[in-house]
Amino acid sequence: METVTQYATWYNAAYLITGILFILGLKYMSSPRTARFGNRLSMAGMVVALIATFAQGIVQWPVIIGGLVVGAAVGIYFGRAVKMTAMPQMVAIFNGCGGGAAALVAMGELMKTLGAANGNPLPYDFTIATMLTAVIGAISFAGSIIAFLKLQELMTGRPITYPGQQVVNALVLLAILYCAVSVIVNGPDTLAHFSVALGLALVLGILFVLPIGGADMPVVISLLNSFTGVAAAFTGFVLNNNVLIISGALVGASGTLLTLLMGKAMNRSVTNVLFGAFGAVHASSAAAKGGPAVEVRSLSAEDTAALLAYANEVIVVPGYGMAVAQAQHSVKELESLLEKRGVEVKYAIHPVAGRMPGHMNVLLAEANVPYDALYDMDEINPEFERADVALVVGANDVTNPAAREDKNSPIYGMPILNVDKAQNVIVLKRSMNSGFAGIDNPLYEDPKTAMLFGDAKKSIDAVNTALKSM
Amino acid sequence: MTDHLLTEITVFILAVFVGIEVIGRVPSTLHTPLMSATNAIHGIVLVGAILVAGLSFAPLGSVVGFILIVLASLNVFGGYTVTERMLAMFRPRAAVAPVVKKDE
Repeated sequence: METVTQYATWYNAAYLITGILFILGLKYMSSPRTARFGNRLSMAGMVVALIATFAQGIVQWPVIIGGLVVGAAVGIYFGRAVKMTAMPQMVAIFNGCGGGAAALVAMGELMKTLGAANGNPLPYDFTIATMLTAVIGAISFAGSIIAFLKLQELMTGRPITYPGQQVVNALVLLAILYCAVSVIVNGPDTLAHFSVALGLALVLGILFVLPIGGADMPVVISLLNSFTGVAAAFTGFVLNNNVLIISGALVGASGTLLTLLMGKAMNRSVTNVLFGAFGAVHASSAAAKGGPAVEVRSLSAEDTAALLAYANEVIVVPGYGMAVAQAQHSVKELESLLEKRGVEVKYAIHPVAGRMPGHMNVLLAEANVPYDALYDMDEINPEFERADVALVVGANDVTNPAAREDKNSPIYGMPILNVDKAQNVIVLKRSMNSGFAGIDNPLYEDPKTAMLFGDAKKSIDAVNTALKSM
Repeated sequence: MTDHLLTEITVFILAVFVGIEVIGRVPSTLHTPLMSATNAIHGIVLVGAILVAGLSFAPLGSVVGFILIVLASLNVFGGYTVTERMLAMFRPRAAVAPVVKKDE
């Protein structure tokens, strides 16, 4: 008996170290200076946990080593090869893998425990935790795959809606609950009901991400991340393993916090993001209007260059369009050219610009823009009045003054970057098509605003060429 | 409810509080690496995967067990690789600026 206690202490002590390293690792992420060290601590924690696990009587080495080698090779290859602009979908897919793994762990443990119980009922806490792990993990798995497909543009980024969508989702959820209750009280068909619940959870994961549009992805990705975290924590309850509980809870808390933050930045509740099918309705109403001809002023690359060259302060406002056009390196070159001429260049980052929280920051970091040139919305908004030029690179809804002024606008109340307060506004845009949400942007009709039409990268490269010859 | 379960719930709730406290301090500029770092951390489910697929009695069989380990290790290795790559790019002004300063 004593030896058993001793062994348990050894593993659990190692797992405790892992938990501490994970927490410290996240703590060091509070500054860009120490973040990398934090990530290394977190990696070390993972290694400690794996060693402690290997020492617990593992015998199926071919399966374990084979799976690890394949998973590591593929994970590291794609992790290295993926372009920075494709980071949101990469995070989504890795997240989905974790969710799927959690669901399978629950399934395996249920099969094992059922076999060992010889027909005796299983304890409720075990069956509840197993069911929660499986359902949440499976939703996260399937939802992440749909999010990946949308972000990778293998399917439309527009919301996919059909009549009675919420009713269908509710029915699927009810069916899952029915099966879950049956598993929890473990009727004779426990495993069959478990499998049905697992399958339906996959369906629900698909159905719930379908109506969510591309611009709402920051919310969805952090929510799915939180789901996998919670699923991992519940695996801890299934396996009686504290390190899983601690790590899962940390991730669940982090994902939930970011989800709420993103919702707040859009002035929308998370429920509205998930069930509002934002973008679908407004897009159709805008199309129905036939789009009355809007008077806008367009500008050439040379004129843009002249306007920028003689400015004192320029604020660049990047959006998803910059990511799509891969224009971040050109933007950085523009910044250097302007700074050589003594122009002060700052970047204004809206919290939901792009497809995941902090998306723009990563892209600009890739292009060597120092992180202290990047300003949050609250910091930079008072600054626009002093700026000579606000240069909007592929951002739309986050600059729409209607959010501030027009009570009838669907985005009324959403905090925006006050680009219209700058002396001049230059908007880089592919065409006059309305933004993702399909809402007209009165900024473009403002007499201070000039449009530079075309692909963001090509436009900025043309401005850079003009600047060099000046 | 057993004392054991109560202890586990305690651990869970305290960890949630620690998570909120620690993550609330991460600046928005690091939100993408943060998501990716926490993404890698929930790869800890690999521990559960190894325990389910690796012991002498492996209920899922070798094929599903193998898929399970692949999924969990994709999460771990992919997650850390991507986070590391992103964090390596973040530089303060001091490290970038000298090029510009020479011209002044």
